[in-house]
Amino acid sequence: MNNEVPWWASESFWKKTAIWVTGIMFVVLIFLTMNTLPQISAGSARVPAYSVINKHIAYEFDDRRNIQVPVIGEDDPLFGEMLSEKQAEALVTHGKKVIQGRNCMGCHTLLGNGAYFAPDLTKAWLDPAWGSEAEREEMMLNFLLDPQENARSFGSGRTMPNLHLTEEEARAVIAFLKWMSAIDTNGFPYNFTVIEKEG
Amino acid sequence: MENVQLNGGQQLAVKYFVVAVLLFVAQILFGLLSGMQYLAPDFLLGVLNFNMTRTVHINAMVVWMLYGFIGSVYWLLEEESGHPVVGLKWGNLAFWVLTAAVTVVVLVYLFVQTGPGNDFTRWFINEGREYIEAPRWADIGIVVCFSVFFYNVAATFAKGRWSGIAGVLTLDLIALAGLYMAGMFYTTNISLDQYWWWWVIHLWVEATWEVLVGCIMAWGLMKTLQVERKIVTTWLYIEVALMFGSGILGLGHHYFWIGTPEYWLSIGGFFSALEPIPLVAMVVHAVYDSGVRHMKSNNRPALAWLIAHAFGNFFGAGVWGFMHTLPQINLYTHGTQWAASHGHLAFFGAYATIIIAMFYIAVQHMRGQADLGSHLPDRGWKWKWALGLLNVGVVGMTVALLISGYEQSFIERAMDGSTWYGYFAAQIHPWFVQGMQWRMVFGVVTTVGIGLLIWDLLTIGRARPVTLPAATESR
Ligand code: HEC
Ligand code: HEM
Ligand code: HEM
Ligand SMILES: [Fe+2]
Repeated sequence: MNNEVPWWASESFWKKTAIWVTGIMFVVLIFLTMNTLPQISAGSARVPAYSVINKHIAYEFDDRRNIQVPVIGEDDPLFGEMLSEKQAEALVTHGKKVIQGRNCMGCHTLLGNGAYFAPDLTKAWLDPAWGSEAEREEMMLNFLLDPQENARSFGSGRTMPNLHLTEEEARAVIAFLKWMSAIDTNGFPYNFTVIEKEG
Repeated sequence: MENVQLNGGQQLAVKYFVVAVLLFVAQILFGLLSGMQYLAPDFLLGVLNFNMTRTVHINAMVVWMLYGFIGSVYWLLEEESGHPVVGLKWGNLAFWVLTAAVTVVVLVYLFVQTGPGNDFTRWFINEGREYIEAPRWADIGIVVCFSVFFYNVAATFAKGRWSGIAGVLTLDLIALAGLYMAGMFYTTNISLDQYWWWWVIHLWVEATWEVLVGCIMAWGLMKTLQVERKIVTTWLYIEVALMFGSGILGLGHHYFWIGTPEYWLSIGGFFSALEPIPLVAMVVHAVYDSGVRHMKSNNRPALAWLIAHAFGNFFGAGVWGFMHTLPQINLYTHGTQWAASHGHLAFFGAYATIIIAMFYIAVQHMRGQADLGSHLPDRGWKWKWALGLLNVGVVGMTVALLISGYEQSFIERAMDGSTWYGYFAAQIHPWFVQGMQWRMVFGVVTTVGIGLLIWDLLTIGRARPVTLPAATESR
């Protein structure tokens, strides 16, 4: 047998290739990350500022992009209270910390990531099951404070346990959910039916 | 422990392996609990809710696999470097500290579970981010213990011999540890949160872990089949080039819907679609080497599990991953049982298998190089049945979950638009429910397989008097 290894099968060729490929891919990823981070910072076009909870949020079909996109509308303050940017950020931050502290993602998905035991919460703020926009805040609050008493389960028997949120925590969670529903998720979830304005 | 000529690194490896097996059992038990909660929604409701049974299930998995990897590296370290482990004392200490920390974290998961929405909860109870739920204090502990492990590895190779495998392994461990830190900060911005979270999850399992098992596989093939070093090293470099070449930007398949710009749809779709290529290369490599050597091995169980790894990796990660990786499809499958189907086959097929192979390599050595070839006294029925039951169990669960996932993507996602109602319309559909039932059936099959595996690991090769008078042990 011929013992000469052709260059393209040699150890040193593949060693160099491995190093170069890894290096190049990593550099490209860093470059893309630097491009993406400003575009997903709170207050950008895709990820709105936390004070968006002062506004009406809709999810409408966009003919050009051929998907539904969040549409930020008129003033529509959460729990009737206009918040400054700072206050809004503090409230949403509290909501996020409750969501992490109670491990909601161990049952739910947020932006489609997490567990599959309970509905996706990406657009929970816009869910038609809250009746109408007029009743929504009240119903969400009641649900989060006592999900057993207000269970729906739609014939599945599966309910959300009472996680003993305080009222303050529940309001913060709702602020977080409202803010999250305004993120541009490239049309995910697809074909989402949005809550009615009037009941 | 019966220490037959085990070197220092190997003695430590055995400790890691023992804890890995215990955590594997814990993973399965809590998997069964989570699966039951789908079928009987009131089961443990308010006592140990689904979120906690699931958290223990997947955390136990991540940790037992890390223990398996660390153990594997300690196992091969002295042989590969030709030098005793440098700073072994510290390595031992790190093992005990890490194990104590893991115990505390699990106890807190079970008895404290969750906490109020403040920083204390995230530091000391639960971080609430999938796979990396461990509170921050434990993250820091993990990084410290891992650094000790890394020091052992790097210093030992530095004092001994640097091989190709050693070089790849050392660099890969640096990347692995660095990536973990991408998950160690708090942000309110959920898009930003998930952007970095995926660096940990994806760049672990689809880049650094793959390369780590590539190193173990290279060493394992030399060990079980006496393949030449030059060949395995060249293959290892090819695998690194293909894996990092596709997997690093393949990260983009998690950036379709989390608020990130639209260009990720193309980048993620394209590069992740290439990810199966290195996995095919690995199958070719393993199968070719086994064929050339006519499957002659004095450690058949290890060889069988290495082959199971090659195929499991290809199907679980490559095929099952590819099925939902294009954005046009992922729009409907994202966040459904599809991901669970793929997750089970991939983690089992790619990682559980190769760690089990290492268990067998270790056990053979511990039993004085017992011949685990074709002449086992009981014809090796235990390892064969364990192999069969585990693989059938996991593949069965995977298929059951896939059927549920299909149903979910049609009914919940495509038709009913993913609302609260739409979600449950899919959950109560008979096809979905049947999938959940079959998952439990195959989950029990898997569990029996693990029981048998452990029995086999405790007994295989003991009956034969090879170099040690192990024949005195009763069977
Ligand atoms: C043990 C699992 C579990 C945990 C933990 C959990 N949920 Fe739920 N959640 C459910 C289930 C199941 C439902 C459906 C309940 C029903 O239909 O009655 C639900 C429903 C909901 C809904 C309404 C669904 C929708 O589409 O709008 C919201 C909002 C919600 N949960 C928020 C939360 C928040 C916030 C947390 C964390 C503080 C949380 N959940 C933790 C299981 C859970
Ligand atoms: C051994 C390697 C792999 C492992 C262990 C693995 C594991 C997983 C797991 C556990 C998830 C679910 C994550 C979650 O909880 O949200 C996931 C998601 C995903 N994986 Fe993999 N994977 C591997 C390789 C691959 C490959 C090679 C591909 C593509 C070709 C792929 C494609 C995907 C996609 C598209 C998702 C997203 C699912 C969703 O949208 O919900 N994976 N993977
Ligand atoms: C007794 C057998 C098992 C049962 C009953 C079981 C059950 C479950 C359940 C119910 C979930 C939660 C899924 C959801 O959110 O809906 C889950 C998640 C998961 N399990 Fe298992 N499991 C078992 C064995 C395994 C094994 C052997 C592995 C891998 C080695 C594994 C890896 C995973 C992973 C990676 C996830 C997260 C998936 C994701 O987020 O997409 N499980 N399992
Ligand atoms: Fe991935």
